[in-house]
Amino acid sequence: MADIELQQVEKRFGEQYAVRPLDLFIKNGEFVALLGPSGCGKTTTLRMIAGLETVSGGKIILNGQDVTWLKPSQRDVAMVFQFFALYPHLTAWENIAFPLQAEGESKENIKRRVKEVAELLRIEPLLKSRPGALSSGDQQRIALARALVRRPSCFLMDEPLGALDADFRETMRSEIKRLHILQNATTVYVTHDQIEAMAMADRIVVMSQGVVQQVGTPAEVYHAPSNLFVAQFIGSPGMNLVRGNWADGVVTLPGDNRYTPPAGWPEALNRGLSGSGVIVGFRPEAVNIHPNGQLAAGVYSVDLHGSYTMLVLEMGDDHSIHARVSRDAHFTVGETVRFDLTPSMVRFFDPKSEKAIPIINHES
Amino acid sequence: MAVSTTSAPITYATRVDKVGVRYQIARALRIAVVVLYAVISLIPVFWMVTAAFKSRPDVVAIPPKVFFEPTIEGFISLLTKRVLLPPGMMEEYKQRTDLNFAERIMAERGQRITGPSQYGQRLLNSVIVASASTVLSVLLGVLAAYAFSRFNVPGKGDLLFFILSTRMLPPVVVTIPIFLMYQQLRLYDTHLGLILLYTVFNLSFAVWLLKGFIDEIPREYEEAALVDGYSRLQAFRKVVLPQAITGIAATFVFCLIFAWNEYAFALMLTSERARTAPPSIPTVLGTGGIEWSAIAAGTLGFLIPVIIVTFALRDYLLRGVTFGALRK
Repeated sequence: MADIELQQVEKRFGEQYAVRPLDLFIKNGEFVALLGPSGCGKTTTLRMIAGLETVSGGKIILNGQDVTWLKPSQRDVAMVFQFFALYPHLTAWENIAFPLQAEGESKENIKRRVKEVAELLRIEPLLKSRPGALSSGDQQRIALARALVRRPSCFLMDEPLGALDADFRETMRSEIKRLHILQNATTVYVTHDQIEAMAMADRIVVMSQGVVQQVGTPAEVYHAPSNLFVAQFIGSPGMNLVRGNWADGVVTLPGDNRYTPPAGWPEALNRGLSGSGVIVGFRPEAVNIHPNGQLAAGVYSVDLHGSYTMLVLEMGDDHSIHARVSRDAHFTVGETVRFDLTPSMVRFFDPKSEKAIPIINHES
Repeated sequence: MAVSTTSAPITYATRVDKVGVRYQIARALRIAVVVLYAVISLIPVFWMVTAAFKSRPDVVAIPPKVFFEPTIEGFISLLTKRVLLPPGMMEEYKQRTDLNFAERIMAERGQRITGPSQYGQRLLNSVIVASASTVLSVLLGVLAAYAFSRFNVPGKGDLLFFILSTRMLPPVVVTIPIFLMYQQLRLYDTHLGLILLYTVFNLSFAVWLLKGFIDEIPREYEEAALVDGYSRLQAFRKVVLPQAITGIAATFVFCLIFAWNEYAFALMLTSERARTAPPSIPTVLGTGGIEWSAIAAGTLGFLIPVIIVTFALRDYLLRGVTFGALRK
């Protein structure tokens, strides 16, 4: 098992940056998700760690050894691909044994280890089939088995659940997590699905346009996004972001709303904002509806989700926000509701730099 | 509409538009056209096969005989050298008891077999030249195609066009210069000479065809093999080649057919040692006029190897012709 360290790793295609210089330290046994929209450089980063893509600059250090210019086969990594990349001309058993054969393992050892890993993934009945005859979920299990069987120092997974059906994705998600806990292997997991990243990862690296936006635990990127991109990208729906004006200790929001920031924030805003403009950010679950609330908005739509109800509210003209409320509460479209925001869940962003305003001594 | 009410209920899965009268008629017409085409294109083959089994008078009979007494004298004259015996000596020759089956048949025609003909040798030359050049062009072709498909070869587009451009003039145009070069290089009338030439002509075709097939194999397979601990060459051999087998087989058949059928170069560049079957078959002249049944027999024998190969690889060939369109 191993640490992975990226030092100023970058990838350029001509003048175009696919990945801007990036520093990242992944410690032994950690499960790190690279999360971002397509084309953000997350897969390129993973492929550079695997050795399938050369770096344009920087160093990759795997378990203390500089592997920047080593071939993939010399790096002791295993990779799981989005479309499984199972060899169609080999049976499942042969697919799993394939990496062991490269290492020149004895036949008995290969048999034993394939059997072990097949038991672990509960795929023994599938071993004689060819990949084409299997469902995508089973194919993904075989692909995982092929990665696991070598006991590599780290696992690299490129959207391994992207090609699966929605209901099966959840099963495999918990399966991969279970495997990670059992094996305690360093894992780098690329995904564009933030729910996947939140559910599985110890830490999330949020990327956009080749730049790392934030590195943090799922709770950190969810509750304390470092900029507007992360705030919007994480969560479904993303964080509510309302433009306002900061003056005289009050934020003026659309629809003639006046909001007083919680304790500690006024000082932070005075120091951190570049002008008088400010963006107030809060999660849908930070909205508390009650008759004496400081803020007011019109109900635009009421979406039932079963376990909760999502309200779309309009603050002023076309400034919609989401509010998560109890499934027992009833609202009619067009009525005006009053609400407050849970103080610890409110964040502020500077509209020019798009960065979060840091707060002194805030509790979250 | 009338069909659904009058005919029996349809108990198998089919599309609604495939049960109408109009569809049925169109289908019957299509089948009729295909059958007609097959019959027309098979007539020469039928003509050749029957001619090979006809006796000398039958083969030139007018009107042509469709029903006739089959004989193998065509095959015997193809495979042997003979002399014409004067009638007196013939009677004596016929009395001999040690005559074998073939000699007896030819004796009836007043001919005595003096030894084997060169047909076997010519056919063997064809097999050597065609198979060696085919193996070479497919081997070189698959390596070049892989490189063009996967790597950033400098000047890739120009190189590919250059390779294709070798096919842009009719080969016969260059026969004279090649004849002169081959004489200088002592490649005239050698197996090697023909093998090299056919390889060169087939290579452009092989590279382009195989590149298409290899382009269709996702890179992820090799990448998986690379991460799994294999070198690029091992990944190529163990992962790419087995998946390109359809394309390789199709290319193999196409190259083989070209090399097998090639006539003009073989005629110009060989004389005795390396002469292949195509230029030699029409020269099977008998001892008194053209032996049509021997020529037909020679052509039939010439067809058989290529039929066997094509038949063995027919599944791949079909998929090869459709260029992977049948694959998912």
